[in-house]
This record gives sequence, C-alpha cells and structure tokens, in this order.
Amino acid sequence: MDLTLTPEMAAFQGEVRAFLDAHRDDYAGGVPKDVKAWQALLIDHGYAARTIPREYGGYGAEPDILKGRIIAEEFIRAGAPRGIANQGVSMLVPTLLEVGSEEQKRQWIGPTLRGEVIWCQGYSEPGAGSDLASLQTRAVEDGDDFLISGSKVWTSTAQLADMIFCLVRTEPEAPKHEGISYILFPMSTPGIEVRPLKTMTGAAEFNEVFFTEVRVPQANVVGGRGRGWFVANTTLKHERGMLGDPNAAEARLNSLIELMTTETVGGERIVDNPIFRDRLMALQARVFAMKFNGLRLLTAAQSGEGAGLAGLIVKLQGCELNHQIAALAIDALGELGILYHDGAHLRAKGSWQRSYMFDLGLIIGGGTAQIQKNIIAERGLGLPREPSPAKA
Amino acid sequence: MRFALSEDQRMLQDSLTKALAEASPLDRVRRFADDPTDKVADVWQTLAEFGLPGLVVPEAYGGLGLSMLEAALASEALGAAVAPVAFLGAVLAPLALMRGGSEAQRAEWLPKLAAGEVQAAIAIAIAEPIAGARDGAGLTAAAGKLTGKALFVPGGMGAGLIVAADATGGLHLVRGDAPGLSRSLMPTIDDTRRLAELTFAETPAEPLTANDGLTTLRDAAWVILAADTLGAAQVMLDKAVAYAKERRQFGRVIGSFQAVKHLCAEMAAELEPARALVWYAAYAFDHAPQEASLMAAHAKAHTSEIGRFIARTSTEVHGGIGITDLLGLHFWFKRIGQNRQLLGGPEKLREIAARVQGLAA
Repeated sequence: MDLTLTPEMAAFQGEVRAFLDAHRDDYAGGVPKDVKAWQALLIDHGYAARTIPREYGGYGAEPDILKGRIIAEEFIRAGAPRGIANQGVSMLVPTLLEVGSEEQKRQWIGPTLRGEVIWCQGYSEPGAGSDLASLQTRAVEDGDDFLISGSKVWTSTAQLADMIFCLVRTEPEAPKHEGISYILFPMSTPGIEVRPLKTMTGAAEFNEVFFTEVRVPQANVVGGRGRGWFVANTTLKHERGMLGDPNAAEARLNSLIELMTTETVGGERIVDNPIFRDRLMALQARVFAMKFNGLRLLTAAQSGEGAGLAGLIVKLQGCELNHQIAALAIDALGELGILYHDGAHLRAKGSWQRSYMFDLGLIIGGGTAQIQKNIIAERGLGLPREPSPAKA
Repeated sequence: MRFALSEDQRMLQDSLTKALAEASPLDRVRRFADDPTDKVADVWQTLAEFGLPGLVVPEAYGGLGLSMLEAALASEALGAAVAPVAFLGAVLAPLALMRGGSEAQRAEWLPKLAAGEVQAAIAIAIAEPIAGARDGAGLTAAAGKLTGKALFVPGGMGAGLIVAADATGGLHLVRGDAPGLSRSLMPTIDDTRRLAELTFAETPAEPLTANDGLTTLRDAAWVILAADTLGAAQVMLDKAVAYAKERRQFGRVIGSFQAVKHLCAEMAAELEPARALVWYAAYAFDHAPQEASLMAAHAKAHTSEIGRFIARTSTEVHGGIGITDLLGLHFWFKRIGQNRQLLGGPEKLREIAARVQGLAA
C-alpha cells in the first residue's frame, strides 16, 4: 500500500491542473461554451480519446490507468466537463477498435470522437431483456443487402442519432447465441420509426424503434456475420464499467452532506437530527468502501491481475448505493422532498426525486440486479448455473 | 500509487493462517471454550514463534516493527480461525508504550511483550471512556493509584500487564500482580475470547504521558476488531458457498437455486468492498493521521453491519445444521456478534464518525 504519487505522476497532475486553470473561461458553469471545440481541445491535449490511435483521430497515448484516473479526478475537482461520453464514444469506438475492419475504423471512429456523428444502441427488444440473446429482429438477405424488420426498446438518443449499432438475427436456424450479427446503419434509412418512451421521471429518456424492411448493405456487419453476440459482449463490458462508478457516488454524497448541513427544519439543521445523521454516516461508510474498492481495482488493472469478486460487485453495489443516497436526500427534505417539476419551494430542481426514479432504471438496466447476482455467484463464487428448463 | 497488499504482507497472512490451522483447529477452540482454566499455552507458543506478540513492537525492542496494516491482516487471520487468543492487547499495549511510555517503561515491558514471555499478557481496560460507563463502572486515578471497576476487558483474566484508562482518558500501566487488583470472568456469547471484569482498590498504577493516547488506542482497537470480523465473515461466506455446492435437495445442489445463490452473491457483494475499507483504515492509521479516526470508526461500524448480515445469512444457507453445536458455525457467528458490541456499537461509532468531521456537536 502506497497511495502517494510518484514525481512523474505528480507532474502529470500539475499539467492537468494548469490546463484546467488556463481554460476556465471555456467551461464556465461546468458546461462547455462550444461542445465540439471543447472536445477538439481535449483530444489535442490527451484528455479525451487518450489511448485511441492518432490515425483514427485520437491522441495516441499508451494506456496508463493511473493517468486516466488523475485526469478524471482533476476534472471533477475543477468542475470541468469531460469530453463527449455518448454511446458512440464509450461503446462503439472501443468495439470497432477491437473487432472492426480497417475501413470501418477509418470511416467511423474520427467523426464519432469529434461529435460529428451521434450513435444509438439497438440491443434490447420487447421480448429480449435479460435474455438478450433471444432477440428476434431479423435481417433477411436480399442481394448484397439485408432487409431488417423488428423492433428495439430502451434506445436512448434514438431521436437525435445519425447512426445505430444494432443486433439483428441473420441466422435464424443457428443456436441463439450464434445467429446474431452486429450491424451499423443510418437512422435516416427508409423504414425506421422512432417513438419516444416516457418513463416515470416524466421525461422520455428512451425510445422504441421500429424497423420495416430497412435496407442495409451486408458489408456494414462488424466482426463477422453470426459473431454479433461476441461483438456485443465486447461493448457490454464497456457499459458495465460505467455503471456504479464510485466517483459519482462520492460526488453525490458530498451534495447530500451539503444539503443536510444547509437545510433547516424548524430552525434545526437536518444533520443535527441524530436519525438522519446516522443514516448519512452509514452511507458514507459504504461510499468509502466502494471508493477504496475502486482503488483496489485500479491497482489490479495496472498490474494486469484479474479483479475477481471486487470487480464483479461494482454494478450491483454502486447502483444501489446511488439510489440509497437519493432516498436519504428525499427523506431528509421531508415534505419538500415530494416537490417536483418546478415551483417556489423546489430544491435542486427536483434532481433528488429524478435521481431516485432514474437510478431505479440503472439498477434494472445494463444487467438487472438479479442478473448481477447470478454473475457474482456463478463467475465469482463458482456456484452452478440454473439447470435449463426441459423443452416444452 | 498502489492499493494492494505486498508480497510480504500476503505471505505473512498465508503463513499465519497455516500456522493457526495446525495449532488451533476447531477442536482446539472447542477445548478452550469448554475449559475456563485453559490458558492456550500451546497456541500462544506457536504464535510467539511466529512473532505475533511483537508484531508492532519496534525492532530495537525485539519485535518485528510492522505497521497497523500487518496487524490488521494478522487479526483477520485470527478471526478467520476463531482463534482463542486475546490479540487486541498485543497490538495496543506496545502502541501505548511507544506513544506515552517512558524509556524505562518501554525497556521493561516491550522486550517481554515481544517475546511472548508475559503470556496472554495485556488487557486493555478502556471500554468505559470510549463506549460509555455501564453499571457504575469507571476508574479514578489519584496519587499513583487506580480505584473502580473496568468491564469488558479482553484478555483481562490472564493479563500480566494491564493498560487502563481512567474516566478522564488518562492511561496507566498496572502490573498483573499489583495489590488490590481482582478479576472475574464475564461470560459472553463468544467462548473464543474471554472478557474480564477488573476491580481496582487503590491499586498502584504508573501513568503514561501521551495526550492523545486513548484516541490512538481506540482507533487501533477499532481497526483490529474490524479486521477480526472481516476474517470471520469471509469464513462464514466460504462455508455457505461450499455447503451450497454440496447439499442436495429436490435432486439438485441447493447452490443452483437462485434463492440460495443470490444470498451467497449478496454476502460476497457486501464483504468485498469492506475489505478495501479495512485496508484503508489500517493504512490511514500510520500514513494519513488526519483521517485515522474517521476511517477506523467507519471500518468497525461497517464491518459490524455487514458481519451481522453475513453471520445470519450464512447460517440460513446451511439450513437446520447451521444452528447446531455440532457444525460449530456458531463460533464465527458469536465472534462477529461480540466484535460488534465491543468498544462501541455501530450507532456509537457513526456518531463519532460524524463528530470527527464536524457534522455533529
């Protein structure tokens, strides 16, 4: 255990701080003045697209997990916005780097990184949620093309997206995991309909997407026909890494402490109520535990060791923790906690209630809590899989 | 930056675990539990050869001179083995002497402690000023003498040296054979570590000088108890998983049922981050003093909570056999239960965690 930074890393930290100081005017209020210009500046300095090769439009640095973490911490400290982190950047780009063809990499990575192309993800279907591999959207050969028909759900940003990366069934006779292909196509292709999906928060954070004989060249498949399940797992790995981030939980806990030390009820600060204070401290212990668990994962990744259980539990525990922090904020606010939308007495623009509801979606999405427990038990503890039900 | 155990630290823990498996298997623990006169000399002998009594004693006094993290790793191994050993004093007495003892006091006691000569030698009578006085307990110091009662003293029955805190938090050394000192056993749920009620009647005591001495001992005690619970909880999880892989009902091993599998996953999900918290609390004790009290309080409170969850859940996964004496799972269950209450329960500790960061008056 040595949590100090080497001189090299301390110098790197100094560079990041100096950059953020010098460009304070470009992100006043935590929002970039110009999203694409900010992104270009970050790529230039290696604070976005850091390890993506230069030939594809990235910065081209060697992977260095600690530097990555220093960048993340300094941006949080300065209240500076990170670069573009949409599904194209965080999921499609790493997937193309691993399994895309040279042509696909050159065509899509640069424009995606620069924010010129917005992507959405077409994975889940009404009948294929936790059992994603049972998806039914079919792609039927027609000359050099496929004709794609079916529907997708939980497709965030579909209404804004230029492109979709989508899982379709190309081999209906093959076993379910082997008949899927991962394919890219424009959302402007004829035969696509997007319907907003309003959730309990009142906003439409997601969409349903319907395909009717959408014509897509077969050449748009990534990673080989019938290999889509394995390609998708490359992407899902990147998604699970984003959910349950302990830095986000710590930032949220700090907001909760701020709330509880500034709000008063009948002249008494909320934190002076021993019951609320006790709940706050119980959550703080959990936040610290997840934070140090994150440091442990960081060291394991640096030394190329598997993280084992410490890694498998992050999504389950992190999402639940975020949800509990929002729940305590609502309880601490008392009647004020039910205010929503807008109005005179609303606190934090209603964000605690919105988080409480939206985070429930994160507990369910990206592999439900129950699926996570199966993964922990089977991969982490070596317990046997549920026997397959007898074929009806 | 590196957040991981070193090779030496892993070896220390592994070899202690192996030594304990030899010297203190469950049937040895049972003999101790059944015999109040058992001084576990054989187990202490093994641990002394290992250097455990002198783990944190500086090398100049014949110890290993290791840090709180190593002490926590040793405590974890002892908790895992439900070892019938009062380890708390072996860590806290040297700390008390190094922080607040005179050179003469150090020279007299540290080599004996390090060598394990003063067997089961140290008791820490500090429960009252930390957790609050019960049943009129508490010590008053006057003219080099202590008077009053100290309850819940780990290792107190056999102690050759007692580090005692008076009601104002001042620390004192009391010899095990000092006049006016009497001891009686406090039977508790945990038969693997005995607690004593010590009565002092104008008992001669030598004061230690450090102002923050009690705070230091308290933080160290919380880390050691947290680590003990961590080790015991890990074993309870491991035993539940092993049982779930072997026990068959309805024609399948019960671990293939999600109802059982998810209980195991929940235990693992609670336990694993707690390990990182205990490591950090131990690291902070030596390297981040401004955070030491906060992290020690959180580590002990949090491991107590997840320890209770794992203790009951593991027992439940075992079904009926889980609650029998025959299986012996209850030794770990009770060990965790005792650690939880000792030197402040979770509510008390969270109160202190709030106070040390200015969130409570």
